[in-house]
Amino acid sequence: MVTTLPATATMLPESELSDPQSGLIPKMSARSVSVYYGAKQAVDDVSIDIQTKYVTAFIGPSGCGKSTFLRALNRMNDTIPGARVDGEIMLDGEDIYRSGMDVVHLRARVGMVFQKPNPFPKSIYENIAYGPRIHGLAEGKAELDAIVEKSLRRAGLWEEVKDRLADSGTALSGGQQQRLCIARAIAVDPEVILMDEPCSALDPIATAKIEELIDELRGRYAIVIVTHSMQQAARVSQRTAFFHLGKMVEYGKTSDIFTNPREERTKDYITGRYG
Amino acid sequence: MSPSILLLLGLGLGLAGWLAARARAWNFRRDIRNEGKGGRLAALPSYHAWYVALWIVLPVLVFAIAWSFLAPQLVTGWVLSDPAAAGLPHFGFERRAILDEAASVALGSAPGVFNPLAEGLVEPYRLAFAKVRWIGIAATLVIGFLGGASAFLRLRPEFTARTRVERTIMTVLLMASLVAILTTLGILVSLVFETIRFFGMVSPLDFLLGTHWGPDPMGNPLNPDPSRYGAIPLFWGTIYIGAIIAMFVAIPLGLMSAIFLTQYASPRWRSVLKPALEILAGVPTVVYGYFAALTVAPAIRDAAQAIGIANASSESGLAAGLVMGVMIIPFVSSMADDSIAAVPQAMRDGSLAMGATTSETIRRVLIPAALPGIVAGVMLAISRAIGETMIVVMAAGAAANLTANPLEAMTTVTFQIVAMLTGEGSFDHPATLSAFALGFVLFLVTLALNFFALRVVKRFREAYE
Ligand SMILES: Nc1ncnc2c1ncn2[C@@H]1O[C@H](COP(=O)(O)OP(=O)(O)O)[C@@H](O)[C@H]1O
Ligand SMILES: [Mg+2]
Repeated sequence: MVTTLPATATMLPESELSDPQSGLIPKMSARSVSVYYGAKQAVDDVSIDIQTKYVTAFIGPSGCGKSTFLRALNRMNDTIPGARVDGEIMLDGEDIYRSGMDVVHLRARVGMVFQKPNPFPKSIYENIAYGPRIHGLAEGKAELDAIVEKSLRRAGLWEEVKDRLADSGTALSGGQQQRLCIARAIAVDPEVILMDEPCSALDPIATAKIEELIDELRGRYAIVIVTHSMQQAARVSQRTAFFHLGKMVEYGKTSDIFTNPREERTKDYITGRYG
Repeated sequence: MSPSILLLLGLGLGLAGWLAARARAWNFRRDIRNEGKGGRLAALPSYHAWYVALWIVLPVLVFAIAWSFLAPQLVTGWVLSDPAAAGLPHFGFERRAILDEAASVALGSAPGVFNPLAEGLVEPYRLAFAKVRWIGIAATLVIGFLGGASAFLRLRPEFTARTRVERTIMTVLLMASLVAILTTLGILVSLVFETIRFFGMVSPLDFLLGTHWGPDPMGNPLNPDPSRYGAIPLFWGTIYIGAIIAMFVAIPLGLMSAIFLTQYASPRWRSVLKPALEILAGVPTVVYGYFAALTVAPAIRDAAQAIGIANASSESGLAAGLVMGVMIIPFVSSMADDSIAAVPQAMRDGSLAMGATTSETIRRVLIPAALPGIVAGVMLAISRAIGETMIVVMAAGAAANLTANPLEAMTTVTFQIVAMLTGEGSFDHPATLSAFALGFVLFLVTLALNFFALRVVKRFREAYE
């Protein structure tokens, strides 16, 4: 069950953060994952552990396979004809690609927020209620109302929309739409939230709000965020993975990656030599 | 007198003008070079050439079209003023036949005259045809020459031939698109005209609200019985067959095939099935009519008799409606297909990423989002169905029954239009004129449906722009 400690109290001690091999059981772990689109390989032999209560950032030049790898984590690649995933991805020690895995259930546990806000052309209320309805999370209207309110509150949107829940979700501003999408993902009580460049379509103020929100949310979920902004990775994440040409070049504490990268290629990218 | 000769002549003149104008523009260009002060032609020589050519060809084209309407009138006028025409009967069919006979002999398309009265008219016709031909050719030459010369004299090095040509092309395209619109307007005007004549004989209230349809084309045209002109049974039959029974078939099947094609079918299946469905839309409706009359209607009657309905007729609204529904499937499915495909992929991804299954995604996100487009498709399909004639003529029957029993024969507006126009009544008998009133109502209803459907589609497009 999710505990409700204030955000600061959920931060793990520095000593544990610095050591990927500490005693923590990872929420998700990938082993030798390769992803192909038809004959084209987009992700090459990536292994990574993702911890709960951390924000993990994927950075790297565009086209290096960040989105592809992210989508492998909740099997969204299944919806692309010709996409194929090799290797093993575990969620709480269970292989999500094993036969018999319930993809519908997996995606309820591993939620996703997309690059461009994509609220459904329905009311704000119906957008949030969508997931709880299809997964049968609420008994009756009162419970559903409670879930909608809780999710909107967590996404920091409640005060702005509580008087117009019946308005269309597509009528909100871009930043509000993206927070609506985050609230929608939260509503089914996921354990992991995947975000693919969630701020790239937003202005700086909306971006700051989302970053703040991510920081609040990390107390409850494992969050993975793809970003092309290194400042953003530095601001919101505790762990950073650097991808290049389909491979994961380096993974570690965010502060280490940015101040003291081990790999030459990481250093080149961080200092803006390419990207 | 064929206008194609005039057109060929115009094209020849146009070519000559084209070459002359281009040569002239090349000269301008050479002069500018020789002066050596820089500067250049405002338009490429070929634009000067096209400018002159268009000024020759377009006036000739307009003249040729006008002449092809005018020339026959002139010919007839001249022939009738000939003394030999004095002996012709004054009116009607015989007079027309004699004139036609003489004309075809004069043109060489018939070997000799049959009616002695036509004999004397052959020579006047031959003269008139020759006269018209020479006038046409002379006028073409004059018009082409004047047009070309006035354009040619306007050519200067700084003449902006390029923009002029562009503007001319735009005008031509505009005219082309007006043809269809003007034709529709013309049809509407003639419909309105005849409809007003009909309503002068039978009151619109009797027509629109009466429940008995049985015009008597042999009755006294000056004193028609308004109680026989009640069109409600026809409207009902049309709606029952075209908008109810047919849609019962077409909406579910069309929607399901669209969903399968957009969401489940592999690209291979899609590339086979989509064209196959579209071929259905191209099958001549008379073929569906055979199928309805010879296969479906008897099968329905047999089935009805088998379950104890002894008086089932061999023509039924059900047979016509079912087959019409099949015919309409491609209309529903292709509009639904387009509007489902127009829902952004991000909606689908968003729903799948929430853990929805494909069918939940279709039901809860794609169809609601695509609904306006689907509704518009259904409305277009209905307007197609209620205007459909062949199937109901062959399978629905002629009896204007006001009934909800699909096994009975019923009739539709389109069927009665055909029946009234091809019936025994003379052209200004109210029974015949009622066809125009029916056509007018049908026209208004389908126009409204199409208009509404297009507006819905437009709003829907804007929503995703
Ligand atoms: N649906 C697809 N089909 C084929 N190739 C794809 C598809 N999506 C991405 N790719 C290719 O996979 C590679 C990685 O893409 P992506 O994961 O989107 O990179 P990133 O998110 O790091 O910019 C790119 O070369 C891209 O062209
Ligand atoms: Mg990407």
